[in-house]
Amino acid sequence: MIHARGLARTFTTRRGPVEAVSGVDIDVAPGELVGFLGPNGAGKTTTLRMLTTLLAPTAGSATVAGCDLLTDPLGVRRKIGYVGQSGGAGPDCLVADELILQGRFYGLSPARSRERAAELLEQLDLTGTETRVVQTLSGGQRRRLDIAMGLMHLPTLLFMDEPSTGLDPQSRANLWGHIRGLHAEHGTTLFLTTHYLDEADALCDRILVIDKGTIVAEGTPDELKRRVSGDLVLVGTTDPARAADITARIPDSTEHAVDGQTVRFRVPDGASVLPTLLGELSRAEVAMTSVEVRRPSLDDVFLTMTGRSLRETEGVGV
Amino acid sequence: MTTLTETWLIFQRSMKQSLRNPAWVIIGIVQPVLYLALFGPLLVPIIQNTPGFPPGDAYQVLVPALLVQLGLFGSLFVGFGLISEYRAGVIERMRVTPVSRVALLVGRALKDVVVLVVQGILLTVLALFFGLRAPFGGVVLALALVAVLALAMSSASYALALKLKSEDTLAPVLNTIVLPLLLLSGILLPMTLAPTWLYNLSRVNPFVYVVDAERAIFRGDFGGSVVVVGIVVAIALVLVMVGWGVRTFQRESA
Repeated sequence: MIHARGLARTFTTRRGPVEAVSGVDIDVAPGELVGFLGPNGAGKTTTLRMLTTLLAPTAGSATVAGCDLLTDPLGVRRKIGYVGQSGGAGPDCLVADELILQGRFYGLSPARSRERAAELLEQLDLTGTETRVVQTLSGGQRRRLDIAMGLMHLPTLLFMDEPSTGLDPQSRANLWGHIRGLHAEHGTTLFLTTHYLDEADALCDRILVIDKGTIVAEGTPDELKRRVSGDLVLVGTTDPARAADITARIPDSTEHAVDGQTVRFRVPDGASVLPTLLGELSRAEVAMTSVEVRRPSLDDVFLTMTGRSLRETEGVGV
Repeated sequence: MTTLTETWLIFQRSMKQSLRNPAWVIIGIVQPVLYLALFGPLLVPIIQNTPGFPPGDAYQVLVPALLVQLGLFGSLFVGFGLISEYRAGVIERMRVTPVSRVALLVGRALKDVVVLVVQGILLTVLALFFGLRAPFGGVVLALALVAVLALAMSSASYALALKLKSEDTLAPVLNTIVLPLLLLSGILLPMTLAPTWLYNLSRVNPFVYVVDAERAIFRGDFGGSVVVVGIVVAIALVLVMVGWGVRTFQRESA
């Protein structure tokens, strides 16, 4: 659905050229839900703007939804949907007017456009807002309207830039539900950017981690976490010394430590070593009070890849 | 879908937005009306006693100039509305659709033209009560010429707004451009009264030709070269400004 090679963008500023994106390769298969994760200013939005024909790349090439980005931008525009960071509905326009107009832009007939608008309003829980002025909608409703506008022409590929930024936790959870639903029901390929770890984790099949204009890691959330730092296994016991002897023999285990009544170590796949570990501990008659496997967070991933925590970099602009 | 249909769609959207806030149409016309009411009467004795004025009475001199002023000022400031739409992501959303960039610009600018023509008609009708006498055909032609000028100016305003993307920058830039354009256009007093150097300087300003043409048309002097020059200048302005506007809609980058 997306094949980009060496896509790059350099901005000319007064202080000289700034390389916002320095040659990224992106491959997204049809039906995937891919997240583009990185701190503010990492180059997420710039990459998205290039892929959606809003910004001309300074180098590289890409095929988006079967059309060449550089030679056939109009073809790309016809096939993709786009939900921008700052929305897209006119604040002083009526909800239904904006939706129907959006459909007309993609060549739907007036009747078909009205029909499609009604369909989407229902799907996204916006029934009853048709004749309301956009700026009177709540933040969550507005975001859902933006998504509805991106879906008017039933695109096979939908881009979303920071879909849940600025929403309260409840609206976010609700939005995620809708996004998952759309993806499951229609098989729409989704490509979204986010700087929230929980969002990438909760929503995406696959994640591309970007930092300073380069993709630094790629994989499913689980793969990324496993590959980078492994799971943390914690065993609560009344006999930490003997328990530690046993855990030290677990293959591929690292970072062994004893902390009071708790023995801890890291291992690539925590769940798969548990049966062996529990068996060994019972055979040796070591009393256990608790066993816990903690999956690393995407923040651990980001920390390992870049040496910085994603939380620390939050709020830093371009 | 043709560019024409797309332009019509954008025009309708802009028109609906304006009709939801019709107050702006009235606010836009307040300034020329004030000139008409509070400055016009001053012109009457001046014109009678000053040599160098073009032919015609006070209102035949003032009203066509006020129409140009309406076209110039009213249209140049439409860019502010575009900046708030830009901030709401509207422009970006439309630029991702296959809609022609010509439609994105011209659809909006045509709305401004319609608003201006309505304002122009109101102003002219009001001027009749002050004693304006002008041929009907002349008024129609004059309004058409101002409409062309308005299309040029609102395109320029949109282009500038999309380049600057900030009301705080757009306001001083526009004010800096507008004041010399106004003073050198002969809108308030004809440049025929000016000393030679000032007159020559005013010839650099394209609007002076449009103002001269408007005045000739109001006098019923349709065939003169002044009218032809004014029309040619207005059409040239439209071509340049619409071209510039469409390019910014094509290339706008953030």
